[in-house]
Amino acid sequence: MKILVVEDSPTMRQLISFALKRLKDVTIVEAGDGVEGLKKLNADTFDLIITDINMPVMDGLKLIGLVRRDVKYRNIPIMIITTEGGAEDRERALALGANAYITKPIQAGNVLEIAKSLLGIP
Amino acid sequence: MVEEKEDKIKALQKLATGEKAEEILEMVNRGMEFTKELLSENERLRFRVVQLQEELQELSQYSERKQLQQKLKEELKRLEMEKQRLMSEYQKVEAQNREYAMRYVEVEEENNNLANLYVCSYQLHSTLDFQEVTQIIMEIIINLIGAEEFGIFLLDEKTHKLQAVAMEGRDINSMPSFPLGEGVIGHSAQTGQNYYAPDIADTQKPRSPDSPLVCIPLKIKEQVIGVIVLYKLLPQKTQFANVDYELFTLLAGHAATAIFSSRLYTEAQRKLTTIKGFMELLTH
Repeated sequence: MKILVVEDSPTMRQLISFALKRLKDVTIVEAGDGVEGLKKLNADTFDLIITDINMPVMDGLKLIGLVRRDVKYRNIPIMIITTEGGAEDRERALALGANAYITKPIQAGNVLEIAKSLLGIP
Repeated sequence: MVEEKEDKIKALQKLATGEKAEEILEMVNRGMEFTKELLSENERLRFRVVQLQEELQELSQYSERKQLQQKLKEELKRLEMEKQRLMSEYQKVEAQNREYAMRYVEVEEENNNLANLYVCSYQLHSTLDFQEVTQIIMEIIINLIGAEEFGIFLLDEKTHKLQAVAMEGRDINSMPSFPLGEGVIGHSAQTGQNYYAPDIADTQKPRSPDSPLVCIPLKIKEQVIGVIVLYKLLPQKTQFANVDYELFTLLAGHAATAIFSSRLYTEAQRKLTTIKGFMELLTH
């Protein structure tokens, strides 16, 4: 099982990775922005994408749009972790094709539970 | 004479025979009636015997049933007691399960908190670059505490004023410096005590620079080198959680050490560069 974490903050990337490492047989690949995320996505097969919205170079919403337009990645579940707590942001992200939307500050347990649900792990 | 006698005897015998026959007949008749009575009585008695046998059988069955019933009652009682024991055992196990479940939730929460604290600590000490250290502190405050407007103020040892070195959500140039011991921020820096606004529940209230929501002095042992000041939390963060206070404690110590080390390192690097330049000048 492989999870791609796209987040510009190294602290957040490490926190998310730390939470996800409690899943069995999981490999976490990290990317610092949307462009790096797309590169990593092209180089491997992923079961879940976790992304922030506000990132340099390419933001999370653009990344989701590109991923959802590509037949190869269309079915990969996407979880957003962001500081943007507004209803409009949430609706926009979900309309673009995100499957889950979590606002910061994050709770490791919450991230883990949603990841399990998106991966179909009981 | 003899013949006469014999005739008489014969006549008498005849007569006697006739009477006897009647007697015998009567006796026979009585005997027959008696026999009939006996047979009838026998029949009645046999019927009675059969009846009694049936009654006896019934009685015996009744007794067996009674015994069985008694046994069943005893078994039921035993099972009832067993059920009670099992119920009590089940309740004990159920209570234990609840306790374990609660403990599990607590341990999970504690694990998550420890993971957060570990990552923060790891990140804070992962660099000696001052800008990176301040950036990491800002990330921790945004991502783990959920603050929207906040800043890091460092104490200038010459002027004894707290000067903003990093701000989020507010313009750093609009922030005044706070003299040590003056106002909420200055007092928090002087005493080394965390400050929580009396209206801390109102996390969205607009606040002036000198009336913050929270002040966390950055301390190395008892020496305060600066203050982290929180003005406003993210809209979705409506209140502080227990882990936030633990993070404040962690930031108070680890962030201070990381800032202090990075500043020393930067200063040492600068001095080294100067010395190297000076040495180059001397050698050439």
